Amino acid sequence: MRLKKMVAAGLTLSMVAGLALTGCGNDGNTTGGDSGNAGSSSSAKDDSKDSGSSEGGSVYYLNFKPEVAEQWEAIAKKYTDATGVEVKVVTAASGTYESTLTSEVAKKNPPTLFQINGPVGYQNWKDYCLDLSGTDIYNNLSDKSMAITDADGNGAYGIPYVVEGYGIIYNDEIMQKYFALSDKAVDISAATDIKDFDTLKKVVEDMTAHKADLGIEGVFSSTSFSAGEDWRWQTHLANVPVNYEYQDDNTTDKAEITFKYNENFKNIFDLYLDNSCTEKGLVGSKTVEDSMAEFALGKTAMVQNGNWGWGQVSGVDGNVVKEENVKFLPIYTGMDKDAEQSICIGTENFWCVNSQASEADQQATIDFLKWLTSDDAGKAEVAALGFITPFSTFGDDLQPNDPLAKEVVRYMNDSSLKTVPWTAMLSFPSQTFKDNFGASLLEYAQGNKEWSAVVSDMTADWAAEKANSSDAE
Amino acid sequence: MQKTLKKYFPIFVLPTLIAFAISFLIPFIMGIYLSFCKFTTVTNAQFVGFSNYAKIFTNSDFTDALWFTVKFTVVSVVTVNVFAFLLALALTKSIKGTNIFRTVFFMPNLIGGIVLGYIWQLIINAVLLNAGVTIVSDAKYGFWGLVILMNWQLIGYMMVIYIAGIQNISPDIIEAARIDGANKFQILGKITIPLVMPSVTICLFLTLTNSFKLFDQNLALTAGNPGKQTRMLALDIYQTFYGRVGWAGVGQAKAVIFFIMVAVVALVQLYFTRSKEVEN
Repeated sequence: MRLKKMVAAGLTLSMVAGLALTGCGNDGNTTGGDSGNAGSSSSAKDDSKDSGSSEGGSVYYLNFKPEVAEQWEAIAKKYTDATGVEVKVVTAASGTYESTLTSEVAKKNPPTLFQINGPVGYQNWKDYCLDLSGTDIYNNLSDKSMAITDADGNGAYGIPYVVEGYGIIYNDEIMQKYFALSDKAVDISAATDIKDFDTLKKVVEDMTAHKADLGIEGVFSSTSFSAGEDWRWQTHLANVPVNYEYQDDNTTDKAEITFKYNENFKNIFDLYLDNSCTEKGLVGSKTVEDSMAEFALGKTAMVQNGNWGWGQVSGVDGNVVKEENVKFLPIYTGMDKDAEQSICIGTENFWCVNSQASEADQQATIDFLKWLTSDDAGKAEVAALGFITPFSTFGDDLQPNDPLAKEVVRYMNDSSLKTVPWTAMLSFPSQTFKDNFGASLLEYAQGNKEWSAVVSDMTADWAAEKANSSDAE
Repeated sequence: MQKTLKKYFPIFVLPTLIAFAISFLIPFIMGIYLSFCKFTTVTNAQFVGFSNYAKIFTNSDFTDALWFTVKFTVVSVVTVNVFAFLLALALTKSIKGTNIFRTVFFMPNLIGGIVLGYIWQLIINAVLLNAGVTIVSDAKYGFWGLVILMNWQLIGYMMVIYIAGIQNISPDIIEAARIDGANKFQILGKITIPLVMPSVTICLFLTLTNSFKLFDQNLALTAGNPGKQTRMLALDIYQTFYGRVGWAGVGQAKAVIFFIMVAVVALVQLYFTRSKEVEN
């Protein structure tokens, strides 16, 4: 009996300890995943690093994109071979960048190069961002206004390193099949003739009616709403109407919005839902990967996503989409300006140099960035990542050649159209706001929420979250 | 002997003490300190007093999550323990294959929470597909999904503890009771249950704390959807911590309150069930 009491007491202690650890010790656990092996290699490297940093500093890059983790490690090795400067690359597991960064930065040898997602991210990390204006990488930017400045518009605390674009990706093979139908409801004859929402709607609805003839299950891929998979709607799609609202007031940020163009959002959102291969009630279980796979397998003709999605399409087993048939359409929402609207082009990826790292490490990092964007060897490496870069030092021969990236470049160079910048979505108040809006949209999609409630909740939440983050300053 | 033990006591305790301090005591104290700070990382904290605690109640997230957690805990503590006890009773009767059954029931406990969450999400969604809905269509699916998941995971573990308790009961007592004319239910109610009270204490404690601080399963199964309606306390804390710029301290403050709550609930429970225990 004694023993049992001891056991019980022991359990009590260990459970309470376990509690406290989950409550307060999150940082330690979340570094897990991908960085697990990097962690062990980092400790091995630390010794060599100490001797190295006394001479010239070293670079520690906390990479955001797991899909190019291996390439970055290869780049790091090449740079070390070429210059002798140690470069360590650690990649945060998907969705854990903020938590990994939080714990890594507090360590003795923190990342010297990390990334933030825009002005909101800068707000959180401003104590750690070095002013990079005057450095080579800043001077190499083709559009210097893309860099992140402080509240007064000074400095350059974040440098974009990749340009991305998103819109409605379509499979031209299916579109051609549709336009070849004798009983089609429209008189245009190619997808490139779709210039506004009304035409798009007519085409899409008529395609749904001809589903069987076209051999598809729906025009649009699933409107994915699984947890963490709703960013295509609550961030990317919302960027379009909010951007128009900003434009009307000639601003790039607002403490409160009216969601003036919510009907336009609803237009396209409803079109996605009503003409999808997935019933509305089931969107809650779908992921972005599901959507891309449906598109890749030819079950659908269109999917809203960005040029990064090409890998997800081409990598699917049994992919039937041909490279030359993958194209972008702008996200038309029924605005007067639809006809001159292009796809959404911008970036959410900004490099920052850790201002709290040692000076030698900072300098080593700045040199590394210079090498990546000025040196021919470095540029070739970056180009091999398949990024569309925002640097003037990259010639045409260094532009990526996957079909969607090419489309982005084509739209960028089309001066008759106005690209929709990512400014609006970079100013979205917080992740909490996005999550709440996404949850609202899901409830609307499932028929459990009125659209008017979605709009009023969204605007109320915007104001509340903006207020929250401003009093956090 | 006693003397040498006393003499070397500090030396033998030292390694454990250091490990305990590093992995628990220091982070815990830091955690409490950080709940009074505004911080991005643990090294650049600024003291702000009680403002984090005041902010917790500026919206109803915390109380909603608390309410959901309490409901979930009550239901799962009852179901897990009832089923585990019944299974333990069944598997201590001498029927064929008890060992296989015990192993089978124990197995789910060896699978990590995140994996279980995703597996059950698939299973539940596949079932709900027939009705044209998913687990995030309505909060009640998420709630019962979590209860089922929790049962599936914990029953085996609790069953093992109950089995150990039941096997510990001397057959003499039961035989004596039978000779005195006690029927099956009287034996169960008057002899078996009182004598396994120590097991009940442990099982109640484990299920109570595990349910209260459930995180992985909650994150994987519904992630709080729809809305925030199936969000439990631990998940709310996590999302407060990372969801908003400058709110890390508020998340930390919630974590401290959470700790106090779980500790109090667990200790009260221990006190009450302990008093029901009888000496064998």
